[in-house]
Amino acid sequence: MTAESKLLTLRDAISRHVPSGSMVLLGAQLEQMIPFAAGHEMIRQSRRDLTLVGPISDILFDQMIGAGCVSRVMAAWVGNVSAGVGYCFRRAVERSIPRRLEVVDYSNFTMALALHAGALGVPFLPTYATLGSDLLKKNGNLREFSSPVSEEKMVAVRALRPDVAILHVQRSDAQGNAHIWGSLGVAADGARAARKIIVVAEEIVEPSVIASDPNRTLVPGFLVAAVVHEPGGAHPSPVQGYYGRDHAFFAEYHEQTRRLEDFEDWLARWVVQATDRGDYWKQLGPGRVENLAVKEHALSAPADFGY
Amino acid sequence: MARSETDLATQGYTFSELMVAAAAREIADGELVFVGMRLPMLAFLVARRTHAPGAVGLFENGVLRENPATELLYTMGDPPNLRGATQCGSMLDVMGLLQQGRVDVGFLGAAEVDRFGNLNTTWGHRNKEMQRLPGSGGAGDIACLARRTVVLLAHDRARLCDRVGHITSPGFGTGEGWRRAQGLPAASGPSAIITTLCVLRFGHDGEAHVASVHPGVSVEEVLANTGWTLRVADELIETSPPSHEELRVMRELDPNHFWTR
Repeated sequence: MTAESKLLTLRDAISRHVPSGSMVLLGAQLEQMIPFAAGHEMIRQSRRDLTLVGPISDILFDQMIGAGCVSRVMAAWVGNVSAGVGYCFRRAVERSIPRRLEVVDYSNFTMALALHAGALGVPFLPTYATLGSDLLKKNGNLREFSSPVSEEKMVAVRALRPDVAILHVQRSDAQGNAHIWGSLGVAADGARAARKIIVVAEEIVEPSVIASDPNRTLVPGFLVAAVVHEPGGAHPSPVQGYYGRDHAFFAEYHEQTRRLEDFEDWLARWVVQATDRGDYWKQLGPGRVENLAVKEHALSAPADFGY
Repeated sequence: MARSETDLATQGYTFSELMVAAAAREIADGELVFVGMRLPMLAFLVARRTHAPGAVGLFENGVLRENPATELLYTMGDPPNLRGATQCGSMLDVMGLLQQGRVDVGFLGAAEVDRFGNLNTTWGHRNKEMQRLPGSGGAGDIACLARRTVVLLAHDRARLCDRVGHITSPGFGTGEGWRRAQGLPAASGPSAIITTLCVLRFGHDGEAHVASVHPGVSVEEVLANTGWTLRVADELIETSPPSHEELRVMRELDPNHFWTR
């Protein structure tokens, strides 16, 4: 029996698998491999009332909030990692522009535990993190309890099961068996916690390539609903071994989104009018793309799986 | 800060460089360090190359490094921080070490810190208007679970306040015994606050005091720029300036003073 290919265009993958109202996990690998192209497609398809879940997601959360796609964000940190605050996030929280936003504040560890609990199929996991903090007081998914085995105060972190996790990966086969290396963050926990997965890959490879190095398979294909081939789809975030971080893009975003009308111009230029990733790359310009390319490859030593 | 340029000319180093050197000295050889970015990143590098060659660095994305990256990093996920790492694990791998009590020291920044070392990175205010800040990230976890935490921030009366409006990352709460009462680990809590003017440390009652003032800074200047009546150590000393070797290592990584203006 040959497994059916799950390859879809990004447009079809979002259209079929991410309806309005979904809880969506993005940015599982922290500052690396953030699925910007998928987020932009959700904006173009006018998704509404999304709950965004993730530890940080850099400026992608800010963009989707500014575009009006989001009613709730469950995260440890929302902003612009190298430049500071996210202005769309601030406008939404402080002034309900473009709409009211509910924020459920986590720490990185409690977010990772929430996803790990989801991945393990248990209702919560215990931790000492957030004891004494105002996060514990305000986030209803963090509950203090007395440990039944050690009689001490602990925090129960309620499991999260996102409707869909969107994971940007280095390489995947057509069934969604995917290799990720470098910055792993909460990718493996997020993949198993989610009810379905969309894999966005720099490269589509034969299943034999994946099976040659199974320790690197963070996403098993049977959990995957769709596989999208979208090289460069994580820009401006980096993909180890494929391209670097476009620091200037983050700084420019910071300057160009301070005022609401400037953000609207930014969104029109980089998302709404750039109807596919080709337009986006054209705007970026060839010099900039070349500059982000890998200058010096650093291949790992092969691991011998022979016997 | 405008004064930094004059400092560089007259003293041979900037206040940021002094802060990095002071932060580096908070790391002992062989310690496991939750590094963070910007100035603490430089401090880790300086410590490794000078007095603490056996220190190991941890990052929230799962990265463990014995040899610090030698390129300027904007985020812990920049490709140079992954290449040559000792291990690229998961977030839970490093957070597990933290919760076990194995992480000796963690570095934190903050919008606001108060007299008991509590940090706020969730809500700021300007002219009585609340401003939403990015949030905890991993800072709240480190503040709860690292054996010691060291805070770096610019010394400003509005940022060193009597009580923070929101406890994102707990320090000593309201004072002695508070952390244990919350259920936090016995061996944990703030160790130092390194500012642009001085170094603060904590007494047994959990309240901060000035332990050393930076060269050229008066105690009066420190007190006038602090939002509560700050205690002063009985034996107040001057913060040691950065050594030639510490400056050499810092400038090798940050030759244009991008982080250490």
